[in-house]
Amino acid sequence: MELKSLIEAILFAAQKPLPLKEIKAILARPDESGNSEITRAFKKAKESEISEAIERLKVDYTQQGRSFQIQEVAGAFHLISQPQFAPWLKQLFEERRSGRLSLPALETLAIIAYRQPITRADIEGVRGVAVDGVMQTLLERGLVTITGRAEVPGRPMLYGTTKSFLEHFGLSNINELPAVEELRRVNLNLPESTAPATPETPTPTDAQPATTPEAS
Amino acid sequence: MSDYKVQLDEVFEGPMDLLLYLIKKNEVDIYRIPISKITSQYMEYLDLMKMIVPDVAGEFVVMGATLMYIKSRMLLPEDQQVADPEAVADEMDPRWDLIRQLVEYKKFKEAAEDLQQRELFQESVYSRQQQGLGFDTPTEDGPSLGDLSVFDLLNAFNRVLKRSDAADDLRDIFEDRFTVSDKIDFILKLTAVEERTSFSRLFDGMASKTEIIVTFLALLELIRLRQLRVAQSESFGEIDIVRVKQEEAAAPAQTEGGETEPGSTSGPTNP
Repeated sequence: MELKSLIEAILFAAQKPLPLKEIKAILARPDESGNSEITRAFKKAKESEISEAIERLKVDYTQQGRSFQIQEVAGAFHLISQPQFAPWLKQLFEERRSGRLSLPALETLAIIAYRQPITRADIEGVRGVAVDGVMQTLLERGLVTITGRAEVPGRPMLYGTTKSFLEHFGLSNINELPAVEELRRVNLNLPESTAPATPETPTPTDAQPATTPEAS
Repeated sequence: MSDYKVQLDEVFEGPMDLLLYLIKKNEVDIYRIPISKITSQYMEYLDLMKMIVPDVAGEFVVMGATLMYIKSRMLLPEDQQVADPEAVADEMDPRWDLIRQLVEYKKFKEAAEDLQQRELFQESVYSRQQQGLGFDTPTEDGPSLGDLSVFDLLNAFNRVLKRSDAADDLRDIFEDRFTVSDKIDFILKLTAVEERTSFSRLFDGMASKTEIIVTFLALLELIRLRQLRVAQSESFGEIDIVRVKQEEAAAPAQTEGGETEPGSTSGPTNP
């Protein structure tokens, strides 16, 4: 018996995405009824070995042109059907998952995803428009959440993305987003004061000795 | 206001969108924006928008003013330009701030498009756990208690309010029958009996909106005073209200006291 076949069976039968840790735990304590000689061989499987086996399965599926693939979502693995079968598979399900997000919502979400934790004012600084309505939607749908408060005057709330965000977009983790280093880089701008859409506000950085108002 | 949302959102989400559109339409380099040309085109669009909706969103107007300002600064000979004390030598170009913001915005717009692609992909793939096979799908590990924010509470409150809407008789003028302190007593009594009670049960039998609102205020006050805690076991699930044990602070001290006397005979009599 191969480790990858065993993992394939586990993923096939599982009712939810399984993290490596959970697959390892399943391998570590097989049911007593199993042939102990065979089960013992997998008891000590390391997470790295499981991960390798999953990679081999992925390669197999691609080479064999299977109708399903392995996806890693929020750090857990599950089997999903290939997208081209959607027109038929749709029939199997009465209602489809919650609707698509609007472009403004996606933009706002992208800014939060790359720049989290971020304040509402900073989001608006990038987008140039108020984001109240959009933020409300994102919070209601559980895609973003309040992660804390910024230690600046007024202690504005900080926002970040949630596990539901990763699930909604089929992401394993935030670093999987494209160009993550480039977009996550700390804003070149001084704290939002340079944004044309926002009026001159006292910058929270105390290091800046004097913000001369007569400059404008 | 809501009319504006419907009509213009589909065209330009904000002033940045309009600017990017103009840059693309004129096929100019984003780093070398012909400011005078773009400004006049931008103002044309702004006038057009004002014709459709008189109250164009303030952001569009602010951006118009910014463009005009930049244009006016660029008209000045270089040696007469107001020196921006924060600007570094090569950032003297008055367009720089705007360009920087536009470039950044454009990148996020592209990132949003990528997210949209992913969303479409996720929508077209099916995994095993969705079908449930007629069994109860095991609920995923609920979010931790920390995930519950005041917004979840407000949402739940909104649901309760909506439920009461039908019953609310707007023609009556109520005297001030409900006070927050009365409701604090009420909630404390309720939670004294059961340590855990559900959010919606709190409002059982309340028909008037005033009473519901006052009860909710009382709940918020109790949470602030750390008398109560709210918890939610699954997303969008029922919110539980849990009484914070007053003895919590005293409890660990007692157990520690027991451990410091390992030699003493079992079953010490407490006074």
